[in-house]
Amino acid sequence: MKVKKVKRVTIKPNLWDSLYIPAILSGLKVTFGHLFKKHITLEYPDEKWFPPPGHRGAIRLNRDELGREKCVACEMCATACPAHAISMQGGAAPWDDREKYPVWYKIDMLRCILCGMCQEACPEDAIELTEIYDFADYSRESLIWDKERLLKNYDLTKDGNYYKRELEENKKR
Amino acid sequence: MTQTGNIILDVVIIVVKIAIVFGVNFTILAYLTLAERRVSAFMQDRLGPNRVGPQGLFQPIADGVKFFTKEDIIPAKSDKFLYLLAPAVVFFPAFLTYAIIPVGPSFSAWGHSFQMQIANLNIGILYIFALTSFVVYGIVLAGWSSNSKYPLMGGLRSSAQMISYELTLGLAVMGVLMIVGSLRLSDIVNYQNYVLWGFLPRWGVVLQPLGFIIFLIASFAESNRLPFDLPEAEPELVGGYHTEYGSMKFALFFLGEYAGLITSSALITTLFFGGWDFPWVNESALGAWGVVLGMIAFAAKTGFFLFFYLWIRWTLPRFRYDQLMRIGWKSLLPLALVNIVITAIVMVFFV
Repeated sequence: MKVKKVKRVTIKPNLWDSLYIPAILSGLKVTFGHLFKKHITLEYPDEKWFPPPGHRGAIRLNRDELGREKCVACEMCATACPAHAISMQGGAAPWDDREKYPVWYKIDMLRCILCGMCQEACPEDAIELTEIYDFADYSRESLIWDKERLLKNYDLTKDGNYYKRELEENKKR
Repeated sequence: MTQTGNIILDVVIIVVKIAIVFGVNFTILAYLTLAERRVSAFMQDRLGPNRVGPQGLFQPIADGVKFFTKEDIIPAKSDKFLYLLAPAVVFFPAFLTYAIIPVGPSFSAWGHSFQMQIANLNIGILYIFALTSFVVYGIVLAGWSSNSKYPLMGGLRSSAQMISYELTLGLAVMGVLMIVGSLRLSDIVNYQNYVLWGFLPRWGVVLQPLGFIIFLIASFAESNRLPFDLPEAEPELVGGYHTEYGSMKFALFFLGEYAGLITSSALITTLFFGGWDFPWVNESALGAWGVVLGMIAFAAKTGFFLFFYLWIRWTLPRFRYDQLMRIGWKSLLPLALVNIVITAIVMVFFV
């Protein structure tokens, strides 16, 4: 096998470059330019980040046209949930168009990993992930969301303008 | 009456000057901490602290309240006396140097001559070097008395670094002193208050470009600023010599560093950029307006160098310890000596 001879190149800086002063000056130019660039900081409570469509945030339970929950308590979401965050109890529906409805329905948002498997599993499109990303709270109890809380999420996010509205309310305050 | 009256007047004037210099410098010091954070944020395309007051202007007050109300911790096996002494030793010498910096041209009013500095010492430069070399004691004592490994290493590094660069710093000034022929800072400024060949201000930087660059680099090392901030290199030493310090004692180290910044900015201005000299203007002919103009010129130049310290900090990375020593002993020190020799040759044969 023929060994190829490689010429090794070492760059020897000339006197001007080895003073480092030209390099330092060009570095200073770069940092000075950044003084006047647009800041990428988002001043969060005053400004809001608008999530792109399809963002997987807080969970909601959808309502149908009559304002009732769409959920039929089939427990597909609870089965699909990898974090075992969803629990519910089905009961006989008070309406004629379906057999079952959830008597109570709870999602432990401290366990929820916002993976969206419940949304994938749901045959009725009754559970969906929303754009809400800031739902921190002060106690563990208040982060176990019941049916009313999840339906309220639907009312807040059905028009997709949740953060635009928050921003306007911020300005009014 | 006249003699005692004059003495009383002199004392009053000095006390007023001290009060003004203290007040102004403390304000600059406080806002330098804010400026550092804001400028560094801007250079990284961030915003920095802007929530306390308009544009974050009350942030230093909030910081001060925080530092004073924090728990005061003294490590159990530390040398308590030295541990408490060290921050003061770092802080005060840096402050005392402001006494002899001339901030404007002297003028006479009401039959009395006023000088825009607290004391016009004839050993000016020596006084400043004597005081600034005190800082190294504070840092070494802080490192040693904390009875902890990382502060000790920071302290040792800083002793080596500051002593090496002090030598260079002193030699770099020699060129200017040889030309002016005086250690008195007001003499140095007055000498620079001329114009060469009708257009070039006779500033130290024009006469001593090499001396200026050496002095600038050495003063970065003296004030422990990046790229020479090895005594407090966070990634290697946790926090450096002040790792074990908390609350206001830590803040004193911090403020001492900034006080050193103001000192060296003012000194660079005085030695190499004509002090209060506004180029192409004869201040002493303008009377009171000359004083105002001179003070504005001094503030602008010093302000630029304060900004320059922050600017360099976010441009250059930290040197390695052996690189630091190599630059100090093998490049800057010989260059400073060469500068002295060249200056001497030029002065003897060409002037």
